[in-house]
Amino acid sequence: MRNNQEATIQLTATPIIPGAAAGRALVSNEPLSFWGGYDYRTGEITDRRHPLSGQIAAGCVLCVPFSRGSSTTTAVLLEAVRTGAAPAAIITTGVDSFFALASVVADVMYGKPVLVVALSPADFARLRSGDWIEIDEAGQVTVETEREGNDPSHR
Amino acid sequence: MLAGDRGPAAQMAMSILVRMARVYGAAELMDISGAHIDSTIYIGEAGLEYAERLASLGAKVAVPTTLNVSGLDEQHWQEWPVPRDWAGKAHRQMIAYQSMGAIPTWTCAPYQTEWRPAFGQQIAWGESNAIVFANSVLGARTERYPDLLDICCAITGRVPAVGLHLTENRAGQVLFRLIDVPQAIQADDTFYPVFGHLVGRIAQDRIPVIDGLTVAPAEDQLKSFGAATASSGAVALFHMIGVTPEAPTIQAAFQGRPPGQIVNVTMDDLRQARRELSTSEGQQLDMVVLGSPHFSLAEFGQLAPLLEGRGVHAGVQFLVTTSRGMAQLAKAAGHLDPLQRFGGRLTVDTCILATPMLPPNIKVLMTNSAKYAYYSPGLLGTTVAFGSLQDCIDSAVTGYIVRDDSLWR
Repeated sequence: MRNNQEATIQLTATPIIPGAAAGRALVSNEPLSFWGGYDYRTGEITDRRHPLSGQIAAGCVLCVPFSRGSSTTTAVLLEAVRTGAAPAAIITTGVDSFFALASVVADVMYGKPVLVVALSPADFARLRSGDWIEIDEAGQVTVETEREGNDPSHR
Repeated sequence: MLAGDRGPAAQMAMSILVRMARVYGAAELMDISGAHIDSTIYIGEAGLEYAERLASLGAKVAVPTTLNVSGLDEQHWQEWPVPRDWAGKAHRQMIAYQSMGAIPTWTCAPYQTEWRPAFGQQIAWGESNAIVFANSVLGARTERYPDLLDICCAITGRVPAVGLHLTENRAGQVLFRLIDVPQAIQADDTFYPVFGHLVGRIAQDRIPVIDGLTVAPAEDQLKSFGAATASSGAVALFHMIGVTPEAPTIQAAFQGRPPGQIVNVTMDDLRQARRELSTSEGQQLDMVVLGSPHFSLAEFGQLAPLLEGRGVHAGVQFLVTTSRGMAQLAKAAGHLDPLQRFGGRLTVDTCILATPMLPPNIKVLMTNSAKYAYYSPGLLGTTVAFGSLQDCIDSAVTGYIVRDDSLWR
């Protein structure tokens, strides 16, 4: 029995660090600290209290409302850029200065900024893990979904 | 500075600062008179390359600047299995930041040094627990400065004029009311990390206001409360009615606005938060660790008499983390000899989260710190048991986890 709904959603984001990127979505409503929460060698989310614990975010579009806690999050994200284990892009619900700063310094040091955009909370809530997300320079977000009923990976 | 008239390091720092000012939506930059650098923690090659790039360009801080924990205890690292390669790189990072003219305080509790900021002082601080303490308890003004940006602010002496630097952004947003929480609980040290863990989880990045305290908390209790709120959440400022300087009344704390949310906190909520701080099951114990944020002189004074006449179990390590300066004060006060006789050890200038010092056989930690409890499972792969200072000592002596739950029933 197949009951898939394939759909394309167009959303408009605010580019914080503009650029173009695409990848598989990893989505959680729980904020994430990269310090103690992200292995910069592998891209694994290692915060064992986080719903995305154990997922590999390298090359993905990581969608979390904002960064939590420690101000070392930026340093860990910069290391991840250097090793190639950073997310392709990060989508938040507001201006997250920690993610933005890591991206600016990654640009200054390595010429490799991480794309960071912000969606409204209502639009953010439409994203699901497993969606294919493309983001363009203007902040247009194209979401390709394929859903079978409720997605248990989403919280 | 952008044009390079103050040298290439100031130019690089200002170029990052200006791009970030746009991200923050700042109309202008403003002056600061102090900074605290969290970028000192050695995370990996990129952070070291960044520090040495700035240092090699001749970077100098423009304001009095303290340094957060480093990645290496220069005095004791060889007593632990810290890899030599790591030690070398972490040390290079220390040298890089010291060469910029910063004060080698090497502590995550710079507010308990002589460089404690004053009420209303505009500063650029990194380190989440230090930020929340400076804003909330001291009434100094800092945004949540991330690693890598803090040093740009120190070198330029400027910050984007936004956020918690401005009075209108310091109003409370969510009201937490203690409902029937007994005074005996409120007077207990353990209440503060537990309550802070709960507040951070609910407040997230908002400004919480605490009402209903019937005791006057000690400075170290406020320190552990703030550190907990900044671990489970992204709290950078809290107000405590009748306790913190910008909150003489509820009206003052909310600047006359209504709370966006009201949360009633009961003993059941606190019991739940206390349970959340422990991930270990069973009674196995490998190590007790105290001092996140770094142990203060008052905390050493509290610990020392509890250790007299007792000794740590052969199967357990007992560790206190602090700064080299605080260790000297504790030694002068006679608090270190009891620790040594007990069989406890001292780590200075860093902590178990910032340097790879723990032997691989350490699987279960016990602590009275919500910050250690929050981060150890993810950063160290250990499980953790949270307890009071007395529980930690009793467990270290017994060799397995024991907790006195009588207060929390």
